[in-house]
Amino acid sequence: MEALDKVRETEVWKSVFRPGSIFRKGYKDTQRDRALAMMNNVLYHLHPVKIKRHGLKLTYTFCLGGLSFFLFALLTVTGIYLMFFYRPSADIGGAQAYSDMLTIRNTVFFGDLVRNIHRWSAHLMVFTVALHMARVFYTGAYKPPREFNWVVGVILLFLTLGLSFTGYLLPWDQLSIWAVTVGTNLAGYSPLIASQVRFLLLGGLEVGPATLLRWYVLHVLALPFVLVLFLAVHFWRIRKDGGISGPL
Amino acid sequence: MATREETPLDQEVLDKTLQAELAKGTDRRVAEGRARAAGVRAYRKMHGEPEREAKAPAEREHAAAAAAGGDGGGNGGTAAAAAAAMAAPGATVAYAPPPAAAVRTAPAPTGRAPSAKPGAPDKHRLLALVAPEGVQRVEREQGDRINVFPHLLIEEFVALLVVLAVVIVFSTFVQAPLRELANPNLTPNPSKAPWYFLGLQELLRYFHPMIAGVIVPTLILVGLMAVPYVDRNPSNKPGDRKLAITLFTMLFMFGATLTISGSFFRGPGFNWVWPWSQGIFFEL
Ligand code: HEM
Repeated sequence: MEALDKVRETEVWKSVFRPGSIFRKGYKDTQRDRALAMMNNVLYHLHPVKIKRHGLKLTYTFCLGGLSFFLFALLTVTGIYLMFFYRPSADIGGAQAYSDMLTIRNTVFFGDLVRNIHRWSAHLMVFTVALHMARVFYTGAYKPPREFNWVVGVILLFLTLGLSFTGYLLPWDQLSIWAVTVGTNLAGYSPLIASQVRFLLLGGLEVGPATLLRWYVLHVLALPFVLVLFLAVHFWRIRKDGGISGPL
Repeated sequence: MATREETPLDQEVLDKTLQAELAKGTDRRVAEGRARAAGVRAYRKMHGEPEREAKAPAEREHAAAAAAGGDGGGNGGTAAAAAAAMAAPGATVAYAPPPAAAVRTAPAPTGRAPSAKPGAPDKHRLLALVAPEGVQRVEREQGDRINVFPHLLIEEFVALLVVLAVVIVFSTFVQAPLRELANPNLTPNPSKAPWYFLGLQELLRYFHPMIAGVIVPTLILVGLMAVPYVDRNPSNKPGDRKLAITLFTMLFMFGATLTISGSFFRGPGFNWVWPWSQGIFFEL
């Protein structure tokens, strides 16, 4: 204990925790320390010190937005781990993408579990985001001043679907390339721009090695980057619009 | 934290001013502030500026002027800055004298970037005194508010742990699919899109690809974005929103039905199957 106090007195420790942080002085369960715990924390960018009591009510938000965000974080962590072992190449004769999938399943430390978590939470995230949207609709939470945050939300939904769909191709097995072929054909039958968009997305007339590389970059870099930008706006607007809407 | 040094003040003036202010019916907190300020000012006037080193001459002039200008009585006895400004009519910035009303106009912009006063100390002030009448009070219900820490954070943390546990347990026991190596020349039968597009694929059975593949998705996306601008009903009470809720529920159910039928009721050739007799042709 005394040693811990000594550490707390060091310059280094003090430089890490801001004045008023609960890790500087020790936490007392007072209003003041509860407020400081938020204010001296990076979480203060997401949450204010106080919220309406109604905001705690589980049956209002069902935590769906928060859980979508958590799943996104979980997907990022597991995705980074998978990236260590995966090469997005599908050249004839050496589809490394697929053989890397087999390696992940069979030999990588916890590879199978991590891949399963990544896959299942991806599906779950699409689901929770859709339910979150339904919750927002049924509580009328898109009404002024939150109109624009709803629009941001629709963009997030679109990006979530995009992330899920681009990821679907990466295992490069029969399931993935044909699901992607069918999925992109949906838009591709039509004349005019749609078929050109399809060509651009696939990097060719049909799903091939170029598609794999393109979708890999979209999946691990471009789409997450854009999603995080919109998430920042989404969260910022929640606070600026006065916190959670309601009560009904 | 350094303890605050007692500012020397003239207790007699303080008491007198306090009495006078209270007699006028001033709010006690305001009265105390004014009395204290008057006391300090009276003390300074008698003893000169005490113990404040390194003051720029210009600034000292202002302070002295302020001390001289303060009437030591109840009246304006407040903002040193404001008093200083009043007492220095020659200053470049034209201050409007503080009116009695709560609203004060800002000084007109000079259009020039201010430059530091010659010889001014290398410091700036972060704290200024503002006359109580100058403060705009915003009265708002405090409402029933709770601390985010710990109440909301606990709730979020528990929700997170529950979902994490469910995902991990599920992933331990349910294997994600991985089929044979992709083969562009061998189309599996049926070929299905990922589940969230199966509603559209189902639509494709009934409509021209242009409709199912382009028009409907575009309408969904644009329609969703337009929702807040179309629904101008300000109420969020379910009872007042029967139309909106009915429409949304119908569309949502419509989409869900198409998705479920595309997922579980379509087999080889994307033809209709009954999942209980012919099996399920669905992979996640
Ligand atoms: C990646 C997807 C998304 C994430 C991570 C996310 C996250 C969140 C979070 C954490 C909240 C706080 C309240 C709650 O948890 O329910 C919230 C509120 C909100 N979200 Fe989302 N959201 C996403 C997608 C969407 C979508 C698709 C929509 C609508 C089309 C939407 C519209 C809104 C609105 C309007 C609010 C304010 C609700 C209120 O004040 O009651 N969001 N979002």
